[in-house]
Amino acid sequence: MRFLIPLAVFLVMVIFLAIGLTLDPREVPSPFIGKPAPAFALPQVADAQKTLAPADFKGQVALVNVWASWCVSCRQEHPVLVELAKRKLVPIYGLNYKDQREDALAWLDRYGNPYTASAFDADGKTGIDWGVYGVPETFVIDRAGIIRHKFTGPITPEILENTLLPLIRQLQGSPS
Amino acid sequence: MMCSTRLSSVRQLQGSPFTIRFILLFLAGLFAGSALAVEVRQFDDPAKQRRYENLIEELRCLVCQNQSLADSDADLAKDLRDEVYGIIQSGQSEQEAVRFLTDRYGDFVLYRPPVKPITVLLWTGPVLILLAVALFLWKHQRQRPTLARLELTDEERQRLERLKKNLEG
Repeated sequence: MRFLIPLAVFLVMVIFLAIGLTLDPREVPSPFIGKPAPAFALPQVADAQKTLAPADFKGQVALVNVWASWCVSCRQEHPVLVELAKRKLVPIYGLNYKDQREDALAWLDRYGNPYTASAFDADGKTGIDWGVYGVPETFVIDRAGIIRHKFTGPITPEILENTLLPLIRQLQGSPS
Repeated sequence: MMCSTRLSSVRQLQGSPFTIRFILLFLAGLFAGSALAVEVRQFDDPAKQRRYENLIEELRCLVCQNQSLADSDADLAKDLRDEVYGIIQSGQSEQEAVRFLTDRYGDFVLYRPPVKPITVLLWTGPVLILLAVALFLWKHQRQRPTLARLELTDEERQRLERLKKNLEG
């Protein structure tokens, strides 16, 4: 009995520390989950005369992927997005964050363009409005334009299959 | 990713045989890093400048999470300092600057999180632990034999005397 109390305290500490170890401190919970996608109206990467705004992807489940040609992890994630675009399961919109237009275009030319359209956020202000802190980031947006999920970091095939696609299918299945 | 200013200077040092040169280069790297983070900001009012400077010390950089916005060299930290500067310079309050950031990045940007149901344990935890330890010590203090209990009863004393006499006799 005398040893039970310290043992209990120790076990509780172990449990808390073990939970702490499984959490990723880099992952900042987004305050946007369940809220409408923040408004913007930006020129497109491919054509500065055309604009892209959240209204353009309303009415469908969509991915918004924040990317940049200077971003190393985006290079790693890119083949997964190109593959996903080929499957035509969900449109992918790009938010080209703090990039040079020529660099962005050259990058898409070289590695393939999975995006239905990319917004060109040269000064990164829209990125800040969307709470972007580490490119790449990917938002899942439902038909009503509500952000349902945010993934920070490069999408791997596992994350796509196990997390993103099930959610996308579920959102596509539910009536808007 | 911009935290790498320091890391790369450390990496350059590896393999060089001169220890003192290591240290000097390392220190130079440290200072080069922090010198970058300081920008000159013009305010039309010294009070605004003080508010701005206090504020960026209280806000966390999301890229280099152990640095405040004031300390961080990250590109994003610079952009966020620009935003905070703009808000303060335009005459809005600190709360409005804080709200701008928490709306986008959540309470995570605050080094001092607000008291909410989810943070109650964070704020009261140390006091609760202190109370628990105090309670524990108090309870165990009472269980310890007191001096009074160590003293012999009359009966015991008589027995002791008898034993002593037996030994002597």
